Amino acid sequence: MQNPTERHPPIAGTPKRSATPVAPLAITINGKPYEHDGDPTMPLLWFLRDMLRLTGTKFGCGIGACGACTVLLDGKATRSCLLPMQNAAGHQVTTIEGLAAEGLHPVQQAWIEEDVPQCGYCQAGQIVAAVDLLQRKPKPNDDDIATISNLCRCGTYPRIRKAILRAAESIQAQKK
Amino acid sequence: MNDPIDRGRRRFLAVSLSASGALLIGIRLADAEDGEVPPELLGDDLTQLGPFVRIERDNRVVIGARGCEIGQGVMTALPMLIAEELDVDWSQVRVIQLPYGYVETDQGASNKYGDQGAGGSTSVRDGWKELREAGATARWLLVQAAAREWNLQADQLRTEAGQVIAPDARKLTYGALARSAAAIDLPANPPPLKKSEQFHIIGRPTRVADARDIVTGRSEYGIDAYTAGALIAVMLRCPYLDGTLDTLDDSDARRVAGVRDVIHIPGPKPDEPFKAQLADGIAVLADNTWAAIQGRNALKVTWKQGPWSKESTSALAAKANELLDNNEDGVAVRRDGDMDKAKKQARYKVQARYEMPFLAHATMETPGALIDLRQDSALLIASLQSPDGASEMISSLTGIPRRAIEIRMTRAGGGFGRRLENDFVGEAVLIAKAAGKPVKLIWTREDDLQHDFYRPFGVHALAATLDRKKKVTSWSHACAATPRPYRENGRKRRFFDGCLEPDDFPAGLVANLDKTFFSVPSGMPRGWWRAPIHTFHAFSVQSFVDEIAVATKQDAVKLRLDMLGESRLIPYSGHGGPNFDTGRLANVLKICAERVGWGVKRDDGHGIGIACHFTFGGYSAHAFEVSMEGRDLKIHRAVVVVDIGRVVNPLGVEAQMMGGTIDAISTALHLAITVKDGEVQQKNFTDYPLLKMAEAPQAVDVHIVDSTAEPSGAGEIGVPSAAPALANAIYAATTVRVRKLPLMPELMRKL
Repeated sequence: MQNPTERHPPIAGTPKRSATPVAPLAITINGKPYEHDGDPTMPLLWFLRDMLRLTGTKFGCGIGACGACTVLLDGKATRSCLLPMQNAAGHQVTTIEGLAAEGLHPVQQAWIEEDVPQCGYCQAGQIVAAVDLLQRKPKPNDDDIATISNLCRCGTYPRIRKAILRAAESIQAQKK
Repeated sequence: MNDPIDRGRRRFLAVSLSASGALLIGIRLADAEDGEVPPELLGDDLTQLGPFVRIERDNRVVIGARGCEIGQGVMTALPMLIAEELDVDWSQVRVIQLPYGYVETDQGASNKYGDQGAGGSTSVRDGWKELREAGATARWLLVQAAAREWNLQADQLRTEAGQVIAPDARKLTYGALARSAAAIDLPANPPPLKKSEQFHIIGRPTRVADARDIVTGRSEYGIDAYTAGALIAVMLRCPYLDGTLDTLDDSDARRVAGVRDVIHIPGPKPDEPFKAQLADGIAVLADNTWAAIQGRNALKVTWKQGPWSKESTSALAAKANELLDNNEDGVAVRRDGDMDKAKKQARYKVQARYEMPFLAHATMETPGALIDLRQDSALLIASLQSPDGASEMISSLTGIPRRAIEIRMTRAGGGFGRRLENDFVGEAVLIAKAAGKPVKLIWTREDDLQHDFYRPFGVHALAATLDRKKKVTSWSHACAATPRPYRENGRKRRFFDGCLEPDDFPAGLVANLDKTFFSVPSGMPRGWWRAPIHTFHAFSVQSFVDEIAVATKQDAVKLRLDMLGESRLIPYSGHGGPNFDTGRLANVLKICAERVGWGVKRDDGHGIGIACHFTFGGYSAHAFEVSMEGRDLKIHRAVVVVDIGRVVNPLGVEAQMMGGTIDAISTALHLAITVKDGEVQQKNFTDYPLLKMAEAPQAVDVHIVDSTAEPSGAGEIGVPSAAPALANAIYAATTVRVRKLPLMPELMRKL
């Protein structure tokens, strides 16, 4: 396995840190500040899961292929399994647990209404990817939706499509 | 509070008090710092009526879901059966996952919840009577309690939406009656069940019961369990089939910050029956997953190739074809009529061979297990399909009696048959034993694809003869495959089980019929892959029917209907029997043909293909409309029609048919596990590319036949007839017949 830092391009604006940081890495997750004083190459995914027990973000492949680990990094959908803590530091991370301040995000609500989940394991990543899509494309067409590359082993794609369209309508309606 | 029953109740309550319900069972109770629920919170405000139902004083109803939820919907459908007979509103119900219910009493070993495994599409079929009876029994107790309260006869009372109602319209909620109901002795016999006209929950589209937990990330899967003091274990396994460790230098690995231990877990010997683990391996134990992975990367290991060092997919294919060519020493799976005579009298002869690859299950949640072995008890938290098997395995490896093994079942990130084996539990036990600590074993995706119990590899040779009226007069199906049974010495399975079903279509429909099986030796572990035998052979059978239709210029739907003949029951010895109803299969085929617009002349270059199959008591037909756009295959329409008897949750069945169809497309188009020099070649989703949304059909048109027949399962029947229908559609669009899966590489080669 390669060192993930080599594969993941540094995020613009992030100062490159040495292998042994002098100070803990600071990161904001779901609006709360956290520090990481362990291995700076640890991917954000394992920091979320093993350190913070935010287990809604899932491990699926470890190579950024499946999207089960998708979180929002400064609002943009990002595969957390490939993002070392040293590159995530200083950024704002939103996980599935922090998507809505209270209640449900319209995308989560639409996911329930369209009865999307089967095994449910990939759905946190799918929902986060959909939130990102709807921020960029408030009225997505079929091709826009098909840009979501997250894998679903149960084959829920048709209901994901319907849920995204439903969420888009509901977000539009809220704005009016 | 030392009484075991009270302890059980306390545990149950602890779940109910946790805000997110069942999904916290694993974490919270395993976490030492979380503490136990104070006893003063117990008692008055809860009452349990039998093992599945608890009614709270505010009239909320908690129903336990007993099955392994792997995405097939049992966490919703099984509690629906109970709620129906309990006669409550579904909106009152909260569903929680039950733990494993193994108990030993004077009467011997049993499970207080019944069968909890997930396999063979049997959960709804098995629960259909007993779970409704569980609900009816709880309702009976509540009615008795009301009768005593009002001094009325129980048969004067009726129930509705969680209330008992007297003839004078007085009402008592279940919540108000629950305490006194719990003190009443159970009836000697189960109370009578509702008539189907009275159903108000069964048959109603019902969303996934715990969907809110899933979409908020609070749902607990096996991989989400943590327990105080557990180390994370990641293993480096020998990549060669039955290979062994040669040299190990773990000094760098031990220097990785957070790594606590490195342990060699020897693999099984080549001919040994399967009992715990698949491969020789080195476990790296660490404080966290990343440290364990880094430690694994730092291991310096050399392996000795095992007895299968020359095994390759191409060699297996050559061997299979050689066995089929020689046609000697095959196992006669079924022999009907007089094949020689039929061949002599034949007007038309058709034959073809089809090659099926090994397949991995690739569950989104990789295998893994959290195990805590104590002095004389054990705790397992894992995503499972066979908790019985897990319990037996832990007991056999540790000597801990099964009654002292607690298993907390979680939602599982997919199953597809992978978790019918408990090798990941066995590995975790062996590591925990050696480490003397609780261990949470994590498999990476590479581990998962390289160490699976794969669907068998094989070649099917089909041949048919027809008379001058184009009626099929003989059918021969020879299959040369790596047998499904793997390391099963001692178990009485036939080698063709899992590859060739004696009574499947067209057995019993064609007078002269031969089915023969040839074993291809292989070191690859083989297992059950969603609708195992059916996905393995339906592709060849249903492609071949199409080839016969093309070769003899017949309509492919009419040919199938002619072969099925008049509506009748045919004996079927396989799983899903005892009968196969030709009329029900013909019916789904006809509906499917109608829905897809079969027989309409097209001039747009699109092709339509169709297929049908009987699987585990259910009947399915698939049809696809496809075209080629450059080198891309475009699926314009996907239609699936099923008859699975009475449907408990139509929304769930629709999901299974949609998902099964897409799983089948994904697998048929792209997926294969190949072996070279005794090593699996695929490593991650880059070379085992599951279908993405962009390639999947926008919608799947699902039609469920209205039926009052006994229910059969929905988890597997959505798969088998899809791949042949797709290949038949590709032929219709391109006139290229693809006889080797996966379809796309072969189609590209032939185009």
